[in-house]
Amino acid sequence: MENIVSLKNLVVDFEDGERILKNISLDIKDKEFVTFLGPSGCGKTTTLRIIAGFLEPTSGDVFFDGKRINGLPPHKRNVNTVFQRYALFPHLNVYENIAFGLRVKNVSEKEIVKRVGEMLELVNLKGFEKRSVNRLSGGQQQRVAIARALVNHPKVLLLDEPLGALDLKLRKEMQTELRKIQQALELTFVYVTHDQEEALTMSDTVVVMNNGIIQQIGSPTDIYNEPVNAFVADFIGESNIVNGCMPEDCVVEFTGRRFKCVDKGFDPNETVDVVIRPEDVKVVSAEGAKLTGIVESVVFKGVHYEMTVDGVDHKWIIHSTKAEPVGAMIGMDFDPFDIHIMKISEEQ
Amino acid sequence: MKKLGKIYMALVFLFLYVPIFVLIVFSFNETKSRSVFSGFTLDWYVRLFNNKIIITSLINTIIIAVIASIVSTILGTLAAIGINSMKKVPKAVVMNVTNMPIINPEIVTGVSLMLLFVFFAARMKLEFGFVTLLIAHITFDIPYVILNIMPKFKQMDPHLFEAAQDLGCSPFQAFKKVILPEIMPGVISGFLMAFTYSLDDFVISYFTSGSTSQTLPITIYSMTRRKISPEINALSTIIFVVVVIILIVKNIIETRQAKKNAGYKGA
Amino acid sequence: MKQLKVLSVPYLVWMVIFILVPIIMVAFFAFTNEDGSFTIKHISDVGQYANIFVHSIWLALIATVICLVLAYPIAFIISRMEKHRQGTMMMIVMLPMWMNFLLRTYAWMTLLGNNGIINHLLGMVGLGPYKLINTSGAVVLGMVYNYLPFMILPLYSVMAKIDKSVIEASRDLGCNSVNVLFRVIVPLSLPGITSGITMVFVPAISTFIISRMLGGGSNLLIGDLIEMQFLGNSYNPHLGAAISLVLMVIILVIMTVMNQFSPDDQVLI
Repeated sequence: MENIVSLKNLVVDFEDGERILKNISLDIKDKEFVTFLGPSGCGKTTTLRIIAGFLEPTSGDVFFDGKRINGLPPHKRNVNTVFQRYALFPHLNVYENIAFGLRVKNVSEKEIVKRVGEMLELVNLKGFEKRSVNRLSGGQQQRVAIARALVNHPKVLLLDEPLGALDLKLRKEMQTELRKIQQALELTFVYVTHDQEEALTMSDTVVVMNNGIIQQIGSPTDIYNEPVNAFVADFIGESNIVNGCMPEDCVVEFTGRRFKCVDKGFDPNETVDVVIRPEDVKVVSAEGAKLTGIVESVVFKGVHYEMTVDGVDHKWIIHSTKAEPVGAMIGMDFDPFDIHIMKISEEQ
Repeated sequence: MKKLGKIYMALVFLFLYVPIFVLIVFSFNETKSRSVFSGFTLDWYVRLFNNKIIITSLINTIIIAVIASIVSTILGTLAAIGINSMKKVPKAVVMNVTNMPIINPEIVTGVSLMLLFVFFAARMKLEFGFVTLLIAHITFDIPYVILNIMPKFKQMDPHLFEAAQDLGCSPFQAFKKVILPEIMPGVISGFLMAFTYSLDDFVISYFTSGSTSQTLPITIYSMTRRKISPEINALSTIIFVVVVIILIVKNIIETRQAKKNAGYKGA
Repeated sequence: MKQLKVLSVPYLVWMVIFILVPIIMVAFFAFTNEDGSFTIKHISDVGQYANIFVHSIWLALIATVICLVLAYPIAFIISRMEKHRQGTMMMIVMLPMWMNFLLRTYAWMTLLGNNGIINHLLGMVGLGPYKLINTSGAVVLGMVYNYLPFMILPLYSVMAKIDKSVIEASRDLGCNSVNVLFRVIVPLSLPGITSGITMVFVPAISTFIISRMLGGGSNLLIGDLIEMQFLGNSYNPHLGAAISLVLMVIILVIMTVMNQFSPDDQVLI
């Protein structure tokens, strides 16, 4: 697999002098589903707009299929975008919205009928051709936006938080559908979201961003199991993050106690972030436990209970299938491989 | 491209403002020349304030604008509330008639009212003058009041009136405590619009005023018909300055309110 | 809210007496003689003034087209500015409208006059003097100057609602600047175009001030004709009513045509 899009040392400064991207470099492989994940203002949409051609980087290069495309206007790029709030043309009906790109390129009427028909089928909107886009539901508008972009056979489809405006159930459906479309058409999708669950379920590769910097690039499993710093760990799923230090290899000290772990290679007594997933906290009998706390609240979450436990210096979040009574003193323990040690990230 | 746009904007603004500024500059000109500025003077302003016809017609204009806008605001507000509670067809009919003075050319409205007043004048003791002028102004003001208020009803929760009654208000109380505050912004903007249209109107006044009661625009018109008089320039300058001051004050108040609202939201 | 209907009664009475009856009277006068008997003489007499009608429509049309061409880029540029700057810019556009239009027209009288400032400036570089005032061109200029903001305002209010991302989407789908203009911006601003055209054309075709102040005797318009029948030397309200009626019909036809171009589901303002 070769790289379809390459970003090299992108820097973007906004007019007010704020640096929105700080040296972003990234390769996107052909037919890959890549997701930019991060909180709002992290630069993910900016990066997408650079690939689409709506924004020129202050410095750095954009390559498409090996060719440098800086300065190339959007209508000359072989990428298409699905916009955040769809940006459908209100003066055109469903059919004409989808046909728009083909008409601009003077594609023959016969070809247009064929390709728009294919798209309507693909996104399940047969019979809606004549409908005004203002009279579609959010989910249907979403489908039109996707069809309108895909009908042009772009090499890369850019999606800017496309499911943000949909309700939860519809969002889940569309997630699977989008993934199916991507695999069926063998396209490269670049997807922007702030929803970590969405990123994990759909992507081949997740790019976690914060403050204009790429924090981590990896597969969903890598990102979830091996977050490189406390920001990623916190952003991807809930985490208990406590300050600690490493007195020696494979031993970590936090909240005044020492635990075995599997990480090595830190300086003696280096301060670190210790990350433990809520589901990895084992509830044990308070007697003789290394760490104890008092249960503050219990919330039933469907599959598990979420408990907040007031321990020494830290409020622990614990996911467990068994609820403990509020006010009870419980003990907590961790398996060594569930304790993730992270260097303090310089910037968050 | 951006630069080209800026140059273009500047040219159009120049087109809009140069005539006004030339007018202002020559209001300070010593001689009556319209092309050579020969020396600074405030004479024309002094003459303006000593011109009885202008001053009386100004007072007349203000009196008519105040009365017409108040009457039309009251009538128009009541009308808007009534129209809003009508069924679809009568509502459409009434609104179409209400739109007529706005859609019709001013001259047609003026002429039609003149015909009516001539008819009355022949049969009753009605003379062209203050009364006919006032009736004409109220007539073309009311539609603006109604059109400013009607959209407020669309934004309003239709159950508000019922909710107020459910909570123990009489229909009158419900109207006063719930509906009136909701449509108040529309009432105020309607009033202001009616007032400015009344101050500014020439065409309709021209056909309905007769010779006894003149408004400022009519006086201005008769002045421009006669020889050059830099008093008009002086008058224009004063009007321009007043307008600019009003708009600046309005802008300041609006930005303050916007900031207040933003602050409230943030808190 | 049924009981509230009563509140509109005072206005309804007013409306019937002072809006509806006068309009009916115009129609009545147009079709009657001095003695009240029916005639179509006055309506057919309007035909004698066909040249004035054509001249009025022609000048109003030119002024409307110039306004549209001038206003369209202005409205678009303003609508793409930052929100707070849009407000200021529109205030600058609308400010001259707050001056009485007699004064605005008077300003051009002094500029265009034979001894006016334009001829004076041209004279300084050895040109002219040209006959600027009392020409058809001066009348069109007066119309454009007075009514340009009426064109900018509706265009702007429609364009301000065009989402930036819709324009981006069209570029993303292969539109160059010309395509963006004709495939997206113009169709989406159509309601603004039609309402701008009516807002300029109606006052322009019915004016009598601009023609009188800037057009001299040779530029008689429909408005002048009507005014002369009611307040001028040739007092004849029946003919005046007939001309007014024809004018109303012309405007009605034009507005109906305009409405055909405005899509139903895009309601203006």
